[in-house]
Amino acid sequence: MNISRLVVQEIAHRFLNFVLAVVGVSIAVACLVASVTMIDAGEIESQQLVAERQKEVQEAGKKLNDEMRKITKGLGFNIVVLAEDEDIAAFHAQGTPTGTMPQEYVTRLANSPIVVINHLLPIVTRKIQWAEQKQTIVLTGTRGEVPQAHRDPKKPLLDLVPKGKIVLGYRLHHPRQLKPGSNLTLNGRDFQVAKCHAERGTVDDVTAWVNLEEAQDMLGMQNLVNAILALECNCATIDRLAEIRTEIAKVLPGTQILERGRKALARAEARNKAKKTADNALAAAEESGQQMIESRKDQANVLVPLAVVGSFAWIVLLAVGNARQRRSEIGILRAIGLGRRAVLVLFLGKALLVGLVGGAIGYASGFLIGTGFSGSLGQSLFDVGWLLVALLIAPALSAAATWLPALVAAGQDPAIVLQEQ
Amino acid sequence: MLISLKHITKSYNTHANNVVAVDDVGVSVDSGEFVAVVGPSGCGKTTLLLVAGGLLSPDSGEVTVDGIDPYSLSSEQRARFRAEHIGFVFQQFHLIPYLNVLDNVLAPALVTGDTNARQRAGRLVERFGLSDRLKHRPGQLSTGERQRVALARALLNQPKVILADEPTGNLDGDNSAEVLKELQTFAEQGGAVLLVTHDPDAVAFANRQVVLANGQLQTTPP
Repeated sequence: MNISRLVVQEIAHRFLNFVLAVVGVSIAVACLVASVTMIDAGEIESQQLVAERQKEVQEAGKKLNDEMRKITKGLGFNIVVLAEDEDIAAFHAQGTPTGTMPQEYVTRLANSPIVVINHLLPIVTRKIQWAEQKQTIVLTGTRGEVPQAHRDPKKPLLDLVPKGKIVLGYRLHHPRQLKPGSNLTLNGRDFQVAKCHAERGTVDDVTAWVNLEEAQDMLGMQNLVNAILALECNCATIDRLAEIRTEIAKVLPGTQILERGRKALARAEARNKAKKTADNALAAAEESGQQMIESRKDQANVLVPLAVVGSFAWIVLLAVGNARQRRSEIGILRAIGLGRRAVLVLFLGKALLVGLVGGAIGYASGFLIGTGFSGSLGQSLFDVGWLLVALLIAPALSAAATWLPALVAAGQDPAIVLQEQ
Repeated sequence: MLISLKHITKSYNTHANNVVAVDDVGVSVDSGEFVAVVGPSGCGKTTLLLVAGGLLSPDSGEVTVDGIDPYSLSSEQRARFRAEHIGFVFQQFHLIPYLNVLDNVLAPALVTGDTNARQRAGRLVERFGLSDRLKHRPGQLSTGERQRVALARALLNQPKVILADEPTGNLDGDNSAEVLKELQTFAEQGGAVLLVTHDPDAVAFANRQVVLANGQLQTTPP
């Protein structure tokens, strides 16, 4: 015979009292565990949502960069730096620039820390008469891309046209059956055809590209260029052109900047906006997730203390009732020699069992409730730490609630109890 | 002298006044003696018994049981003292309702932790004719059986003193005789029995009787 047997036998005898106490503890623990599980689930859901959004944004960004690469590759250079004396109206009317600026400008631009444009290409270009063929053409001299000092070397968008070579537009090579390797004479100067472009449906179809120096010679424009072509970065802000103009003006005061290919850029802008929208959606998802977690925390902050206090009061009531029921029993146990500490152990032992069983049931219930609201997260929410906390806190709560009634029961005078009988 | 009560006075404070339950009473019970305290209800018999049992501290007077003043001990020491030296039998039996017969008999071993208690309990149960009732709970026993269980419980720790408060109050003639005979046997084997009763038949089993009326001794012990 020992105290634990007495505890177990008493529980079996007054099983309803035990069950009611277990239910009280279970509810408190279930509220706590369900709240914690739902908060954890919220955090995981939020993280998953944000991760999905991040993936979408990354994919959108990738797609955007790819689109921009394709667009700009197709467009060629979309920024034109023109000389101060360029008549823009005439430029638009004729399609070729007439103003000139020193070739040294391109070197100055390349050596500047400017980031809003890249792939600098100086050109001289002019409408001329192809005397031998009696055809008006556009002669463009190019030296190839000028590497920018502060950037990593990049693959040039246009290859250098070597001296003695010529690249022909469709309307120049096709009617004459010219092919790469064919020879021709342009205004008294012999060239070998290096490349023949397919039809583009633009002024390029009547353009002949030669080496910059040769073009300058032919046009009498030594050390001068008509324009510097460049490619704008997608890193520019919404008001790209103004920004580019401001930046270039710091290096080349007086020059004029034009942007070409607005339609394609509009698509890029749309992509930019899409990316921004995705970024906003990501931020909104993060905020929404945070709000959901905060809301669940607010609910838990009210519900859990209420459940704990309610459970505590419930167990106190049950313990008081139990102590009253056992008054005679405690009286005789005290009379036959059981000390106060032993009586305390009798009550607190039961309370600890109530707490352990209630904690386990409460944890299981709370976990099921919490995961029930959280879809398929299930196992990932299981936290052995919280299980241990439940199995420690519940007996502590139960013992604390039973402490005072147990103390009163242990302190009752057996003589009075026996006399009452 | 196993039980020595000298000049015991005990009063209870109620809302209205101070009630003197026992007034300057002295009783002694030696080894081998069976003493009955008789008197009408409310005369202080139970109070005297509780004082003797170390359960109710007297206002004044001297108490010794087996040579020890139980009230000089701490509460925990006094509880253990009761478990080791005194057996109690009550009119209402005071069995633990959720324990079976064997466990009820073994209850005093909770305190002593005596490893031989189970063997002794077995012998007591057999002696009191309860062998076929071992697994029964008090609610499943007759009143006579319940009192026999209570008696077996009182004897488990082999006390030198038994204090019995109206042990036959709820029993029929045969069962009363059986219980009283057991008490008589206990005394004959060297124990001391202090029986509180108002049953004249019970007194016949005692070596001598002490009469209490209004908390005072009416007959001086020889």
